[in-house]
Amino acid sequence: MRLYALAVYAFLYLPIGIIALFSFSAGRNASQMQGFSTQWYGRALSNPFVIDALKTSAGIALTSAVLASVFGTLAALALSGMKGRWRALFDALIYIAVMIPGIVIGIATLIALVTVFNALNPWLAAATGWQLSMGAGSLVAAHGLFTMSLVIILVRARIEGMDRALIEASSDLGAGPLATFRQVTLPLLAPAILAGFLLSFTFSFDDFIIAFFVAGSETTLPIYIFSSIRRGVTPEINAIGTMVMAASLLMLVIAQLTLRRGGTPKDQ
Amino acid sequence: MTYATGHHTVSAGAAIAEFVNTSKRYGEVLAADRLNLRIEKGEFLSFLGPSGCGKTTALRMLAGFETPTEGTILIDGRELAAEPAYRRPVNMVFQHYALFPHMTVAENVAYGLRQRRPKMAKAEIATRVAKALDTVRLGEFGPRRIWQMSGGQQQRVALARAIVNEPKILLLDEPMAALDAKLRAEMQMELLSLQRSLGITFILVTHDQQEALSMSDRICIMGKGRIMQIGTPRELYDLPANRYVADFVGRANILPARVRTASEGRAQVELSGGLAVEVTAPFVPTPGAAVEVAVRPEALRLALAPEPGVPALAATVTHMTFFGEHIEYLLAHPVLGAVQVMLPRQAERALPGAGVGARLHILWDPGSGLVLGQD
Repeated sequence: MRLYALAVYAFLYLPIGIIALFSFSAGRNASQMQGFSTQWYGRALSNPFVIDALKTSAGIALTSAVLASVFGTLAALALSGMKGRWRALFDALIYIAVMIPGIVIGIATLIALVTVFNALNPWLAAATGWQLSMGAGSLVAAHGLFTMSLVIILVRARIEGMDRALIEASSDLGAGPLATFRQVTLPLLAPAILAGFLLSFTFSFDDFIIAFFVAGSETTLPIYIFSSIRRGVTPEINAIGTMVMAASLLMLVIAQLTLRRGGTPKDQ
Repeated sequence: MTYATGHHTVSAGAAIAEFVNTSKRYGEVLAADRLNLRIEKGEFLSFLGPSGCGKTTALRMLAGFETPTEGTILIDGRELAAEPAYRRPVNMVFQHYALFPHMTVAENVAYGLRQRRPKMAKAEIATRVAKALDTVRLGEFGPRRIWQMSGGQQQRVALARAIVNEPKILLLDEPMAALDAKLRAEMQMELLSLQRSLGITFILVTHDQQEALSMSDRICIMGKGRIMQIGTPRELYDLPANRYVADFVGRANILPARVRTASEGRAQVELSGGLAVEVTAPFVPTPGAAVEVAVRPEALRLALAPEPGVPALAATVTHMTFFGEHIEYLLAHPVLGAVQVMLPRQAERALPGAGVGARLHILWDPGSGLVLGQD
């Protein structure tokens, strides 16, 4: 049983470890270790295309994560105030949204956006001379919508675990609904919201499939990596991959630490 | 009117809160059924009853967490049935304390003062918080986190957080339920002396009759959403109005009987099986009526032979339980069934050899027991 578990972990993590290892190769071959060097990191970071793609990705990830956190939290609060059948329906829809394969979401979002754009553009062009098109906006919309369901799930779990008496206690002590939200609800939900934000950021930052469909002329980092693989693989790709991975891991660690420091609302 | 209790005297007339025909309905369930109750200023009142009896609903309507479906609630003369909790001059100690886990002890206690408008000066808040923490003997614990406090300490923080606001009424929702027996007894003493020194009206919800009996000036017994009886602990114990109260407060043998003659305060009844006894009658029952008679196990005596002039029931001992300072007997009577009798330790010595299986006489002294009214 232990050997089996070990094999599973090796299968999962060995390729990732090898990419990290090969990123320090001195040679030109991406799938071979030839001496040690950090030259590929230098190359990656001085490549203007990489830097541009990185900035695009970070901007989109940040914007979509902020939107997802704000609207996801609001939606979670509204959902927990709903009753019975309707709540069950929306809960189910949210879980379904998380489980639907990225490629389906990508195609569906593309079709939906194109349809909307085609319907609006003639009218918009006549009115303002400006038209809607695929790009950063559609990426933020697609990522924001998808990751919102992650935030909703995390925040909902936190709300469910929260002692309702805390809200009553706040009210009993003279705080109106807004003051209670600001001083009790929000601080208690903060770890879940932050975790949702970091998860959303990481998802958007790493996403290739949805971005591939709706990015239009924008080049995010995953799209850049994909297209440069087609031009031939160098350890530079490994270096970029390793950096993205390190950044994502860092976020996850931060998310974990905040969740732990925030404690659970029930730990009395 | 004034009524004396074991603790102190409260003068009536100054109602701090009043339920006026207050009902609360959840769908089909009537959680509170036309409650009418005046709560006097400075008294310690308990709502006592089993779970689902409506006591918590009554408290939550006072706090403002529930709105009455019918009737109203007055607090300090103002009608507050529609007023939200955050605008009521009452504070609550919650069953599981409901302390804010993201704040320190001092921040928890300061919470109510920080909500005041116009704003209270920081220095003033700090002074009052320190005083409240001193009152509950937690003077040094202000900077601690909630999870660093034990159950008993958390209970005191919850108490300090409520009293720091100087509420007109302090509501306590089964505050001792989560504490172990020793801590609970300590806390009861502390609560009581706190109530005496602060002079605030305390309203306690509990299902623990010992707690209610030992702490309250008055107890309101609840059942099926209704008030079954209101009275001092002594009144409830000595003169339960109905079977529900007799059964719930202390223990009682409840026996079917028929009224022979009745006068002010006394009645002659004939128990099933034919024995005639004299019992207390809080009201004058109709001669010939079928009634129920309640008698406390400690009001009965046991003897090897009947005493002249004292009505006696012959019965067989089926169980004997030793409790140290007293012994509890369970006896079987051919018509009345099981009868409980509680004897002090020295009375047992007068019954040599009276173990399980022995045939004894249950002596019913005149005036023991009373006629119960309808629920």
